[in-house]
Amino acid sequence: MIHIQSLNYAVKSRTIIKDLNLFVDKGEFVSIIGANGAGKSSLLKLIAGEWKPDSGELRMRGESLHSLSMKEMAKFRGYLHQSNSMDIPFTVEEIVAMGRYQHRATGLDEAIVAECMTLCSLDHLRTRSIRELSGGEQQRVHFARVLAQLWDVEGGVLLLDEPISNMDIQYQHQTLAIAKSLCKIGFTVIAVLHDLNLVAQYSDRVLMMKSGRAWWYGIPNEVFKQQHIYTIFGIDSHTQVNPKNLVTQVEVVPLVYDIHEINSFHRQQREEDRVLVDSVIS
Amino acid sequence: MPKRLANFNSLFDRMKNTAFYLGLLALLACTIIISLGMGALHIPFFEVVRLLFQPFSKLPLTEDDTLLRNVLMEIRVPRILFCTLIGAVLGITGTAIQGIFRNPLAEPGLIGISAGASFFAALSIVFETSLIALLGTAVSLYLLSFSAFIGAVIAVIVVFTISVVNGKSNIATMILAGIAINALAGAATGLMSYMASEQQLRNITFWSLGSMAGATWDSAKVLAVISISAVIPLLFFGKSLNLFSLGESQAEMMGVSTRRLKIWVVLFSTLAVGVSVAFSGIIAFVGLLVPHTLRLIGTVDNRFLLPASLIAGAIVLNLADLLARTIIQPLELPIGVVTALVGAPVFLAILIREKRKL
Repeated sequence: MIHIQSLNYAVKSRTIIKDLNLFVDKGEFVSIIGANGAGKSSLLKLIAGEWKPDSGELRMRGESLHSLSMKEMAKFRGYLHQSNSMDIPFTVEEIVAMGRYQHRATGLDEAIVAECMTLCSLDHLRTRSIRELSGGEQQRVHFARVLAQLWDVEGGVLLLDEPISNMDIQYQHQTLAIAKSLCKIGFTVIAVLHDLNLVAQYSDRVLMMKSGRAWWYGIPNEVFKQQHIYTIFGIDSHTQVNPKNLVTQVEVVPLVYDIHEINSFHRQQREEDRVLVDSVIS
Repeated sequence: MPKRLANFNSLFDRMKNTAFYLGLLALLACTIIISLGMGALHIPFFEVVRLLFQPFSKLPLTEDDTLLRNVLMEIRVPRILFCTLIGAVLGITGTAIQGIFRNPLAEPGLIGISAGASFFAALSIVFETSLIALLGTAVSLYLLSFSAFIGAVIAVIVVFTISVVNGKSNIATMILAGIAINALAGAATGLMSYMASEQQLRNITFWSLGSMAGATWDSAKVLAVISISAVIPLLFFGKSLNLFSLGESQAEMMGVSTRRLKIWVVLFSTLAVGVSVAFSGIIAFVGLLVPHTLRLIGTVDNRFLLPASLIAGAIVLNLADLLARTIIQPLELPIGVVTALVGAPVFLAILIREKRKL
């Protein structure tokens, strides 16, 4: 379905993606994880066709990305950007309807837009301006727009860049569950995510990235090892497989800082207080 | 949401839009008929209708009727045609340019159209004698209009060329280049004013304040052909401009050819506004006021906004011209002064009432 071979991308002399190989099968939900600046969003932009790679091959549905125009790609590839700020106050329904741009008006558009809004629990916000909504609600609107783009497409590709970062727990699960359900009808989903437990729950495979390279690629149980998580994120964690559903659970060991060690102003004040107390006692 | 309810909602929205268009068209028709009757010589409403339809009736014209009909057909109709066309151009291009710049504060002047036209108009006024000697007396009638048009086109070409980065025009660079070209052309116009004689200076000032007094059937024909052929394609960019407001890269990802969209919108807007400015001079505020007001009282959907701003622009300019030629009659105020003097407070009133929607 999506075949990436020896992909390289650099901006000036800074390497963004280095010799990356990836194969995603039809109907798979693949999550990309990694530290900030690891190249996750850049990889998604390359897969979406927004950026052109310096070298390497990128094939989607058997065709090289070079041979496809943006218009052709928009007919089967939906891409949800990380930030979706809008200065013009369109209503929720108008934004979701924008997803139908590439499709010929078949008379089904209105029903598709309505279905996508219902699915993302946006019915009550239909006539509200996007600028009146919270960050999480705005993310749901744009997710619904991308769904409307692919709603009547067969074997679509859904690329999601941090789709749930502002959502509450209910909508985080709802959004990922919708994406996962699309995989059952032949959609391929690639999502950049940060919550490791959600990644483990919803992904078929996980790509772990470090400094623009693929560090590990496999099923969640394989990828979520203590040493991998430490290498990628620099944090201690405990991982265990839940015997009920065989899903890996990641528990991060909380970090503890002594504020007096890192804040010199408070340290000095504490020392002065100590001197004062000592002098009073003596 | 059930499918039937979705269809009902969409039908209701369409009916609402149609009613809005019909309302605007009725308002435009009323404005035109009132404008035709009012002026230094007052012609009652039914007389206007009777005289306009006189060729279709077999009733003979009296001497008074002939005079009134001449005033109507030779002075007022071309002038109202001018106002309708130029107002429509300023309204629709304001919406299109705001869509391209993704900024409700943008207007065609931002990319140097007005400043370029002003500089070349001033140039042609100051060097009129030399230019006529060089180009021949045949061009003398349209020298000012032609120069202003060329100035507008050159300014936009310069701004657009500067804004191209890696084969794509960059909107932020376009705005900055527009500001620089506006400043440069403004300074050059200032220099022309400094070099001008007293009469030339009056001409430059008068031109830069806008006027419809030069409307004739001949110029109206030229204006109609160029402005209509530039404005009609703009009506079809509504859907693409909606997606453009998501951001250039998002629009491209959804299949909009953003490069072509920018080129076409800038090209058609330049042609339409260039030819309008060439015949009427600078008319401030209409391109900003019309789309903004429509957004506040209607919707922000460009598919609806483009045709609506076309009609509303024509209404606003006809009303402004009516005021300009009746408020201190038999003298006439520059129309640019009226659009700013009346438009700004009206706009502020709407802004204060509707600011929460912004």
